[in-house]
Amino acid sequence: MRPMAQIAMVMNLDKCIGCHTCSVTCKQAWTNRNGMEYVWFNNVETRPGQGYPRRYEDQEKWRGGWELNRRGALKLKNGGRIKSLLSIFSNPKLPEIKDYYEPWTYDYKNLTDAPLGDDYPVAEPRSLIDGKPMKVEWSSNWDDNLGGAPEYGDLDPMVEKVRRQARQAEADEQARQAADKVKFAFEQTFMFYLPRICEHCLNPSCVSSCPSGAMYKRAEDGIVLVDQDGCRGWRKCVTGCPYKKVYFNHATGKAEKCTLCYPRVEVGLPTVCSETCVGRLRYLGVILYDADKVTEAASTQDEQALYEAQLGVFLDPEDAGVRQAAERAGIPYDWVEAARRSPVHALISKYKVALPLHPEYRTMPMVWYIPPLSPVVDALTETGHDGEDADNLFGAIDTLRIPLEYLAEIFTAGDVGPVRSSLTKLAAMRAHMRAVNLGERPDRAIAEAVGMDGPGIEEMYRLLAVAKYEDRYVIPTAAVGDARRLEESAVPDTCSLDHADGPGMGGDGPFGQDSGGKQLPLVTIENFHAARKRQTSDEEPDDVREQQ
Amino acid sequence: MKTLLWGALPYIAVVLLVAGTIWRFRYDKFGWTTRSSQVYESRLLNVASPMFHYGILFVVVGHVMGLFVPERWTDNVGLNEHTYHLLSLYGGTAAGVLAVLGILMLLYRRRTNAPVFKATTANDKVMYLVLLAAIVLGMWAKLAHSSVSEGYDYRQTIAPWVRSLFTLQPDIDRMAGVPLLYRIHAVVGLLLIALVPFTRLIHMFSAPVQYLFRPYVVYRSRDEGQLGARPERRGWEKSKL
Ligand code: HEM
Ligand code: SF4
Ligand code: SF4
Repeated sequence: MRPMAQIAMVMNLDKCIGCHTCSVTCKQAWTNRNGMEYVWFNNVETRPGQGYPRRYEDQEKWRGGWELNRRGALKLKNGGRIKSLLSIFSNPKLPEIKDYYEPWTYDYKNLTDAPLGDDYPVAEPRSLIDGKPMKVEWSSNWDDNLGGAPEYGDLDPMVEKVRRQARQAEADEQARQAADKVKFAFEQTFMFYLPRICEHCLNPSCVSSCPSGAMYKRAEDGIVLVDQDGCRGWRKCVTGCPYKKVYFNHATGKAEKCTLCYPRVEVGLPTVCSETCVGRLRYLGVILYDADKVTEAASTQDEQALYEAQLGVFLDPEDAGVRQAAERAGIPYDWVEAARRSPVHALISKYKVALPLHPEYRTMPMVWYIPPLSPVVDALTETGHDGEDADNLFGAIDTLRIPLEYLAEIFTAGDVGPVRSSLTKLAAMRAHMRAVNLGERPDRAIAEAVGMDGPGIEEMYRLLAVAKYEDRYVIPTAAVGDARRLEESAVPDTCSLDHADGPGMGGDGPFGQDSGGKQLPLVTIENFHAARKRQTSDEEPDDVREQQ
Repeated sequence: MKTLLWGALPYIAVVLLVAGTIWRFRYDKFGWTTRSSQVYESRLLNVASPMFHYGILFVVVGHVMGLFVPERWTDNVGLNEHTYHLLSLYGGTAAGVLAVLGILMLLYRRRTNAPVFKATTANDKVMYLVLLAAIVLGMWAKLAHSSVSEGYDYRQTIAPWVRSLFTLQPDIDRMAGVPLLYRIHAVVGLLLIALVPFTRLIHMFSAPVQYLFRPYVVYRSRDEGQLGARPERRGWEKSKL
C-alpha cells in the first residue's frame, strides 16, 4: 500500500441553476488574458448538448484518454511514445479554435466616434483571433438551456450512443423506449447543467502525453499542473486529455489548465468556482488513495466495472491501518484528520451518491457528480402525482424524463445500476425528510429500501441540503507552521517598512506601485476572517444590524 | 574580407549559438516554445509541417555527413566519389525538395491565413527570410553545379575548411576556389546558426527524446520554499528551475 492524498471535488447537480457564476469568476481570476480568450477552465454545459469544445466526448475523433491494448495493458488512445514523437510536427487531433469558438469583441470606437446623423451607429463584432470583422455564429454557450436543440441536439455524442445502443437492441422494448426518451420536442425534453473543471485525475493522460515532462501531478495534493517554464508547446496534452481541459494559450504558445486554485487551496480556501457557486453545490475535501492500485484499476477490462474499481482504489481513513500507513508515507496528521471529515469521501465512498464523469476514459477522474433528481420530481408533480412520495419517486426514476440510460452514459459508462441507486437514495432522502419536517414518524422501510437508516439519511441531508460552508469545504492547509505568512501572502516577503514613505524609504509599497495615488490600504487577515464570518454565519453580525 | 568571412564569422556564429542558448535557458525558459499555430489552422499544417521537418532533418543529417566525415573514411568503407555523389545528389535533393516544398507551403499558410499571419512576429519574419534563403541557396548551389555524372566535390574544399575550424587554425585558403553560390550559402547558413537561439528555432534543441524513457505519470513535490502564489520575478532574474 502506498497511500497518497488528493484534493477532490464533488458537485451536486440537483442544485446547479446554470448561472455560470463559477465560469465567470474563474475567468476573471485566471484567464482574462491575451491568448486565453477562448479558455474556460470552468465551463457549464447544458446536457443534452455538445459540450465544450464541441463534441469533445467523441473520443474516436479526438483520441483522448487511455484504451487497453490487445494484451490488456493501458495505452494512450492517441498512440504510444514512438508514434507520438514521430508525429510531433503536426497534430491532426488538436481541436481548432473553431471547435471551441472564435472569441470576439466589439468595435466600440464606432459608437463614440460616429458623426451626428439619423442612423444609430452600431458596434460591429471584431474577431480577437485575426482582428477582422466577423459573423458571430457560435460561442462557449451557444446551446445553453437547449438553445437550438432541435437542430444541434442530435450532435451530442452521448445521445448518439444511447440511440445507437437502443437500435442494436431493437427487439428490447425497454431500450426502444430509451431511444424515444431522448427527444428534442419541447414538451418531451429534459435537461440539466453539467459544470466541468479539470478532473485532476489519478491516472492523468495529459501528463502521460506530455513529451517534455512539463506536466505533473503534485505529490502532496494530487493537483495536476503545467510547468510554464518546462512546456515547449508540443500541444500533445490537449489531445491527451479526454475532457479537453488543457488549453493552448495561442499568445504564449504554452499549455494552460485549471490549477484547482492551488494558491487558495494551499492556505485552506476553497477554489474560486466553489467559493462563488450560487447553488452552493460544490464540495472539496481530501481523499486518501492507494497509488499502487491505480494502474491496475484503470486497466479493468470491463468499462462498466471501472466505477467500482476506482472506489476500490480509495482508502478508508477510519481504518487505523490506513492511518498508520498514511503517516509512514509522510501524509501530515491534519491531512489524515481532514480525510476523516472529508465531505467528498462521504459522498463518494460512504453514501455512494456521487459518480465519476466518464470513467471509461480510464484516467480515474477526481471530480465526481451527484446525478440530478429534481427533474423527476417536477415531472411527477406535473402529472398530478405526489412528487415527494417515496413509492411514486422510486417508480418514476425508471421512467423519468432524464433517461437513466443517458445519465449512465455520462457517469458510469452506461451501467444504469449505480445511477439508479444514487437517485433512489436521493428520493428516499426527500421522502424521509418530508416526514420529519411534517412532524410525522418517518417510515423506516423507506430508508431500508435504499440500504440506509434514519440517522444516516439525516446526516446525508445535512451535508447535501443544509450544506454549511464548513461542511462543504474541509481543506487542510499546505503547511500549518507557515500558515501565518501564507495568509498574508499578498504581502511580499521583504521588510514591511521597506517601501516608499516608510522608514526604509526604498522600493514600492506592499501592493506595488500605486500609480501616484495614496498607498492602498492593507487588507489584513483580521478583515478577511471578519468578512468570511459574516458570509458564513446564520445570523447577521451585530455591527451590521447597528448600522441599519 | 576573406579572413572575416571564413576565419571569424564561423566563430562568431558558434559563440552566438552557444551563448545565446545558455542565455535563453537561464532567462527565457518561458519563451522557449514552438509557438504552434495549429489551433488557428490545421489542414495545411498537417501536410506542410511534417514534410518540412522530415526534409530539414534529413538535410541536417546530410550536412553533418558531408562536412564532418572526411572523404578518407568513406573511401575506406569502399564508397567512391561517384557513388557518394549520386547518394548525395538523389538523397540530398529529395530531402531538399521536401524541405523547400514544405517551407513554401508553410510560408503560403503564414501569409494567407489571417490568424496565423497576425500571430507572426517581426522575429519570425527575419527567421523565415534567412531560413528560406539558406535552403533555397543550398539547393540552387547543389543543382547548379551538379550533373548525374559528376558534381562539385565540396568534400575537397568546404569540408576540410569546416573541420579546420575545430583545430582553431581555419584553413581560409580552401574557400578561395569555391563557387560563389556555395560561398553565399555558407554565409547565410552561418547567419542562420547565429540566429537560432534568438528565434523560435530554439525549439529544435528541446526535441523531447527523454519522453521515450520516463514513466508515464510524473509526480513532483511542492517547492518547499514556495507556497502560495509565486512572487513576481524581475525579468532579468534567473528562473529557479
Ligand atoms: C529537432 C526536432 C524538431 C522538432 C520536434 C520540431 C517540432 C516543431 C513543432 C511541433 C512545430 C510547431 C508546428 C505547429 O503546430 O505550428 C515546429 C515549427 C517550426 N519548426 Fe520545428 N522542430 C524540430 C526541428 C526544426 C528544425 C531543425 C527547423 C529548421 C531549421 C525547424 C523549423 C521550424 C519552423 C520554421 C517552424 C514554424 C512553422 C510554422 O508554423 O510556420 N524545426 N517545429
Ligand atoms: S481532466 Fe485534468 S488531469 Fe485529467 S487528463 Fe484532463 S487535464 Fe489531465
Ligand atoms: S455557480 Fe454553481 S449554480 Fe451557478 S452555474 Fe456554476 S455550479 Fe451551477
